[in-house]
Amino acid sequence: MGLQPYLILSAVVFCIGLFGVTTRRNTIGILLGVELMMNAVNINLVALARFNGSSAGMVFTVFTICITVTEAALGLAIVILLFRTRRTVMADHLDLLKG
Amino acid sequence: MMANPGTIVLIAWLLPALSFLVLALVFPFRRLGRPAAWFSVLCATGAFAAAVMAWRIQSVSAHPAHLVWPWLTSDGRSIADVGVLADAESTIMLCLVSLVSLLVQLYSIGYLHDEPPAALGRYYVYQSLFAFSMMGLALAPNLLQLFMCWELVGLCSYLLIGYWYQKPSAARAAVKAFWITKAGDVGLLIGLVMLSRQAGTFDITEIHSMVASGTLPVAGLSIITFCIYLGAMGKSAQFPFHVWLPDAMEGPTPVSALIHAATMVTAGVYLLVRTEWLFALTPDVLLIVAWIGAFTALLAAVLACVQDDIKRVLAYSTVSQLGYMMTAIGAGAAAAGFFHLLTHGLFKALLFLGAGSVIHAVRSNDLPDMGGLARRMPQTATVFIIGTLSLAGIPLFGGYLSKEEILGAVWAGGLPGPFAVLMFVAFLTAFYMFRVVFLAFFGAPAMAHAAAGHGHGHGHGAHEPHEPPVTMLLPLWILAILTMAVGVYFTLNHGEAEAAPPAWLTPSAVGAGVAGILLAWLTYGSRTIDAASLAGMFGPIRSAALAKFWIDDVIEGVFNVVLLGFSRVVGWVDRYLVDGVLNVVSAWTLVVGDDLRGIQTGKAQDYVFSVGVGVLVLVLLMRLVFA
Repeated sequence: MGLQPYLILSAVVFCIGLFGVTTRRNTIGILLGVELMMNAVNINLVALARFNGSSAGMVFTVFTICITVTEAALGLAIVILLFRTRRTVMADHLDLLKG
Repeated sequence: MMANPGTIVLIAWLLPALSFLVLALVFPFRRLGRPAAWFSVLCATGAFAAAVMAWRIQSVSAHPAHLVWPWLTSDGRSIADVGVLADAESTIMLCLVSLVSLLVQLYSIGYLHDEPPAALGRYYVYQSLFAFSMMGLALAPNLLQLFMCWELVGLCSYLLIGYWYQKPSAARAAVKAFWITKAGDVGLLIGLVMLSRQAGTFDITEIHSMVASGTLPVAGLSIITFCIYLGAMGKSAQFPFHVWLPDAMEGPTPVSALIHAATMVTAGVYLLVRTEWLFALTPDVLLIVAWIGAFTALLAAVLACVQDDIKRVLAYSTVSQLGYMMTAIGAGAAAAGFFHLLTHGLFKALLFLGAGSVIHAVRSNDLPDMGGLARRMPQTATVFIIGTLSLAGIPLFGGYLSKEEILGAVWAGGLPGPFAVLMFVAFLTAFYMFRVVFLAFFGAPAMAHAAAGHGHGHGHGAHEPHEPPVTMLLPLWILAILTMAVGVYFTLNHGEAEAAPPAWLTPSAVGAGVAGILLAWLTYGSRTIDAASLAGMFGPIRSAALAKFWIDDVIEGVFNVVLLGFSRVVGWVDRYLVDGVLNVVSAWTLVVGDDLRGIQTGKAQDYVFSVGVGVLVLVLLMRLVFA
């Protein structure tokens, strides 16, 4: 099996994640989308490392997984704080970035 | 005492600078007025002593002393030096400048005794700066320093004409003088830059040796000399730039004596004397110089005949005499012109200071307010008549020989036209000057001396005219004695002129002068000829002269139409084109910014979506367009 199916899988997962991030109203759903995009990247790294015969990509993936875990924890913490102050976790109510 | 004349002239040059710096920087001292004035006089005395010493040494050694420091170095070579060049002409000029400057400063102490102390201090600041600049001009070893000092004396002239700046007419005259001379100065600057491009240097001595050895390319030199002549025209009040000089009489009378008679206005003549070898290469320009000089002499003499203001008569007479000098230079006799510059400097300063003494006594500039002053002010009358005889070219007086030399040189130079004009002007000169003498010093005294509002607004009531104080009389007598001494000395030791003038020249020139005096006596002295009927004979000319031949109006019209018209066009372009483009751009920025504000929703998902679309567009671009 060649490199291409892995890359296609990765691209599909990435697009699903991006779709989730841009369309989910619930903030937690957005976080899940971000996780999917991260994993798409991981698939890419592992596949390319395997086909290039270099282990650096695999090592890097382990790091990424660790960071993803902490990022998920942080994201959930932010969502909880958001709920406490704004009483909502719906993304279309959160337009604090508007000047 | 064979000290280096270079060092001595440097001392003479820097003493007024010292006085200027002290008076300008030490405010409390300047505001004291009189002590500041005496300090300035002291420095001027030192400068005069040094100048005379330098002249004596220079006349013995007859070897130009060059003392310069590099200035504006580039590539290890000095583009222009700054320093002094002490040769025969510059040291004599230095003597004249420092002498008249000293006497005028001394005279001003008496003349301006009513001024508030602070204003008097300011006056002496300007006087010192002027002395420094004028000496720098006379001593300049290169044309760049000369130009710098040239502008500085122009500035001093502006400041001193506008000394009574509260008077609108004085402020206006100052600006007029500044602008009109500036118009000529532009030509001078262009000429000097072109000359330095052609010769590769500003140094007068170097350019002279290039001309002498014939290495200076002659092609295009006429434009250069004409441009230099333009500067001289502005400064030396040649037609049509002469209009500023009569108005410059708004300044205090001692200032008129120093700047607008003896020294600054002769700077143009001096410049041409300094560069006569250059002008000798361009005979066509010399011809222009001669004709304009003669025309100026005639025009100003006619104008002087109808003036009632004593200072304006003298001002037009100065313009006329400057025309004489210019004609001599145009005829190739720069030495004669320079000689007349020196004698004219002495007797015209004398005449102005004498007029100042009269004005001081009667508190008016107008001849009808004077009359019969010889009985009340015998000393002033005596020195004024000495000056007048000198100006009229009567033998044994200072102006006689220099005038003779100019007439002889113009005749020898093969210019019969200007010669005839100058001969006629000699007659007119004697006439208008003795008109002043008879009106001011003889005849019946005017009933009301000085109605209030005339003169300088001193606010004095009517009083008997009397002799001025000794600080004013002393300079008058010194100048009168020097004028006589120069005349007698050169009459006795008359060197042979290069081209012997024809035998009929002297009698006819003196005859023209005597005829003028006679006519003035018959008209204004014995009243045999009625002045009104004499005026009636020249009806149209007289009314034209009273309107100054409309030259001022023409210049003003040209100024209004050309300059203001041009300014209006430029103003329109600035207001509607330049500003318009800027306003459109800024309005656009506002509108577009306002519209684009709508896409900033503040929702993170919209931004992520935009980023995604952006990446997609970039990828497509890379695939399809830049593949």
